Amino acid sequence: MRPILMKGHERPLTFLKYNRDGDLLFSCAKDHNPTVWFADNGERLGTYRGHNGAVWCCDVSRDSARLITGSADQTAKLWNVQTGQQLFTFNFDSPARAVDLSVGDRLAVITTDPFMELSSAIHVKRIANDPADQVGESALILKGPQGRINRAVWGPLNRTIISAGEDAVIRIWDSETGKLLKENDKEVGHKKTITSLAKSVDGSHFLTGSLDKSAKLWDIRTLTLIKTYVTERPVNAVAMSPLLDHVVLGGGQDASAVTTTDHRAGKFEAKFYDKVLQEEIGGVKGHFGPINALAFNPDGKSFSSGGEDGYVRLHHFDSDYFNIKI
Amino acid sequence: MGDVMVLNDIEATAARIGIDLSQLDLDSIRLPPGEDFGIISDDEDIYQEENSELDSGFGNIIVVDNLPVVPKEKYEKLENVIRKIYSQIGLIKDDGFWMPLDPETQKTLGYCFIEYNTPQEAELAKEKTHGYKLDRSHIFAVSMFDDFDRFMKVPDQWAPPESNPYKPGENLQQWLTDEKARDQLVIRAGSDTEVLWNDARHLKPEPVYKRAFWTESFVQWSPLGTYLATIHRQGAAVWGGASTFNRLMRYAHPQVRLIDFSPGEKYLVTYSSHEPSNPRDANRVVINIFDVRTGKVMRDFKGTPDDFAIGGTGGVAGVSWPVFKWAGGKDDKYFARMGKNVISVYETETFSLVDKKSMKVENVMDFSWSPTDPILALFVPELGGGNQPARVSLVQIPNKEELRQKNLFSVSDCKMYWQSNGEYLAVKVDRYTKTKKSTYTGFELFRIKERDIPIEVLELENKNDKIIAFAWEPKGHRFAVIHCDNTSSNNNPRPDVSFYSMRSGHNTGRVSKLTTLKGKQANALFWSPSGRFIILAGLKGFNGQLEFYNVDELETMATAEHFMATDIEWDPTGRYVATAVTSVHEMENGFNIWSFNGKLLYRILKDHFFQFLWRPRPPSFLTPEKEEEIAKNLKKYSKKYEAEDQDVSMFLSEQDREKRRMLKEEWEKWVAEWKRLHEEDKLERQKLREGEASDEEEEYEAKDIEVEETLDVSEEVVSFED
Repeated sequence: MRPILMKGHERPLTFLKYNRDGDLLFSCAKDHNPTVWFADNGERLGTYRGHNGAVWCCDVSRDSARLITGSADQTAKLWNVQTGQQLFTFNFDSPARAVDLSVGDRLAVITTDPFMELSSAIHVKRIANDPADQVGESALILKGPQGRINRAVWGPLNRTIISAGEDAVIRIWDSETGKLLKENDKEVGHKKTITSLAKSVDGSHFLTGSLDKSAKLWDIRTLTLIKTYVTERPVNAVAMSPLLDHVVLGGGQDASAVTTTDHRAGKFEAKFYDKVLQEEIGGVKGHFGPINALAFNPDGKSFSSGGEDGYVRLHHFDSDYFNIKI
Repeated sequence: MGDVMVLNDIEATAARIGIDLSQLDLDSIRLPPGEDFGIISDDEDIYQEENSELDSGFGNIIVVDNLPVVPKEKYEKLENVIRKIYSQIGLIKDDGFWMPLDPETQKTLGYCFIEYNTPQEAELAKEKTHGYKLDRSHIFAVSMFDDFDRFMKVPDQWAPPESNPYKPGENLQQWLTDEKARDQLVIRAGSDTEVLWNDARHLKPEPVYKRAFWTESFVQWSPLGTYLATIHRQGAAVWGGASTFNRLMRYAHPQVRLIDFSPGEKYLVTYSSHEPSNPRDANRVVINIFDVRTGKVMRDFKGTPDDFAIGGTGGVAGVSWPVFKWAGGKDDKYFARMGKNVISVYETETFSLVDKKSMKVENVMDFSWSPTDPILALFVPELGGGNQPARVSLVQIPNKEELRQKNLFSVSDCKMYWQSNGEYLAVKVDRYTKTKKSTYTGFELFRIKERDIPIEVLELENKNDKIIAFAWEPKGHRFAVIHCDNTSSNNNPRPDVSFYSMRSGHNTGRVSKLTTLKGKQANALFWSPSGRFIILAGLKGFNGQLEFYNVDELETMATAEHFMATDIEWDPTGRYVATAVTSVHEMENGFNIWSFNGKLLYRILKDHFFQFLWRPRPPSFLTPEKEEEIAKNLKKYSKKYEAEDQDVSMFLSEQDREKRRMLKEEWEKWVAEWKRLHEEDKLERQKLREGEASDEEEEYEAKDIEVEETLDVSEEVVSFED
């Protein structure tokens, strides 16, 4: 499994996303240009120019026509995937952190960071069919969580929104009324900042990664804790294989705390775990900085990782991978 | 319940002062030394017991008896006289004088009470004026008020003292009788100290005893493993017992910093260093020697750090620990310390100097005891610019007779290494080369147990090699040296390891080299306590490289790595090895347990990992004959254990299978539930997608499409040459 090294970003990667067909890979980084690549050979197709700050997150519509990005320049932008044209800009008063499109791509959830006196917030925007009709007003604004909200995603049938962030609590909100429906059980929940959240393909469960060196698997409807995966390093990124019962955790010692003696000290590995047995299967080394982003190709036959080192590494699995028995 | 309440309080307080608890890593908080935030440790009662005698609060009152009996009119005059006498000694409190009157006769009763500001003044007054002659018939009798109480309590009739019935103590060596013959270990991580069984069969440790804040700085096993010592502000304590850990004895020594057991664990030496009240003064050093079983102080030493500084290298604040070195053997008979130009040897019968005087040794630099016999090895450096050679000598105690002496020339430094049975002494000698610019190293090998103690000189083949590590095989005749030539090819990163034997088959009286392993990533040597096996370890710069080597066969059994390992320790039987990463590193904290041949058995990760110590075992209680018999019939014995091993591994794999099956089943249940719900939502989801029916994300198909393109067509005539 020789990885394809994709060098296009000049700053640490922040997020990776495949489109539904699995032929395009979108990457966000702290440089200002989200980039799209061929998911097969890692060729760069183009960049989306217009942001003036680190880009934290993106999502792509089901038909691969629209891209939405959230950036530290206090905007979220809609793009035409094919032409790279900016379609619309949502302006906020603080940096945008997470974006997620709903089932049907009619709604988007965008989180904003606490900034100056502003507290963090979750905004719900309507996405118009025709960009000409697009308006900037929020359909709903949710507030309450302390600190940054690192991820917010839609629950089943867009009825709920699931949020997680620096206060280490996972919350489920009613996306109609904005009511807080559930918080996770503190006893079993994460102890430190939740850095990432990934939904399963069918949207029935999701995986969270946290700086407390663990990742946890939850039922999206009941918020029941199902599994816990323990590692030796803070977890920055998580992903679930759509094909096999595998989960991948990425992370590593915080860049500021990395020892200078040996790159192995940081454990900048993407670690594979058996989803059911919670046992480690293996690891993929290569980055020389913490892993900030992970994504599985929807066909489950390749995955990519983005690191603090500015590289995206695209891995096509060997056939052995599909026969792992533990 | 208590915990819950406290947590609520903490949250309320945090909210009030604006601290976000979720931002706070509670594990990273350490109490400042000497602070307990009102949470009293169990050992606080040491303090209270000590102070209880002074607590009556009347310690500054004295009673003066045998005063003249005077009528009321003369009361004032007498008071003035007494006040005059007693205010010379100290300040009498404002209403600190009381001379009672007899209510019937209105005369004084012949005694009075005087209260001073401090008990010290009262003591002094009693001392000075007891027996003071006011006149011929009035001689003062002065007592402390507190003493009255005590004297009053003395019963008039003598009763024989109650004798405590003999209570048999616990078997403190119960752990040795473990059915599975496991070894114990203690670890300290965060605020918890834990004693565990090393259950290698089950590939995990089994808890024995755990306690938070058990010690305030570190823990230490006694040399034979009977006691576990903990350190507290008020002193040290030892713990032990048959099934759990009870406190067996306490040794009051405020601010104790270091401790050391005698090899037979009869005595405990404790050390503390105190900041002087006057910053110009040197620190005050207090060393106590306790009897471990009775807790009695046998001898104390007080002085400045200079009095105890030895050689000046290492140790805490100028004192190299242990200050007192114990002679080997179980009897704990002698201990010694080095001073300026003198070695003081004490014996434990009277805790005084042997022959009532120290041994004069000009400029002595270093000394060490044989691990088994009362023999001292001394090193004296060169004097007078080389006119007087450096000297290593062996001195027998108690008769202080010099057994052997060796003069050495142009020496820069010497280090002494005893073999664990006291059979050999290796002295590593660094000598200057002729130019005096660099040094080279050789060994002087003493055969202690042979007649006249023959000495052999060993020099390495390459004279430029520096010695990185040296280690004797425990109870054996071999030793290992890590050496490295770093003069020619500077910073050669891979040193060589050589093994030597003091007696090889055909040549019993000569040291001979067994082998040299070239280019090893090693800088430390760890022999198995039973010999034969050794770990060549690359710590620090080598990041925890481990090589398990069999010296009998001269072959490597396994190589492994415990990344960033800081500590390596064999268990006392030589069956297992522990490697640990302690909190000197921020990450990877925890320990690994390996079999003697380098198989990783299990690993435990613990944040803030401070200490790992195997519980030592005393020497075997079996007679040599019995041991031989066991060795002979080893097959018979091992059969039983092999069967047990098999049972356990069967049981484990069975258990494992069962667990996996359960997990799988549980997971299937979840997946089925999710499928059902997903199916239920199908129509609505389609509606959200505006009628797009392709809900079957999983079922898209990959088609192989072959495209043939004709690039060029050309015709060629091929001729047949026939």
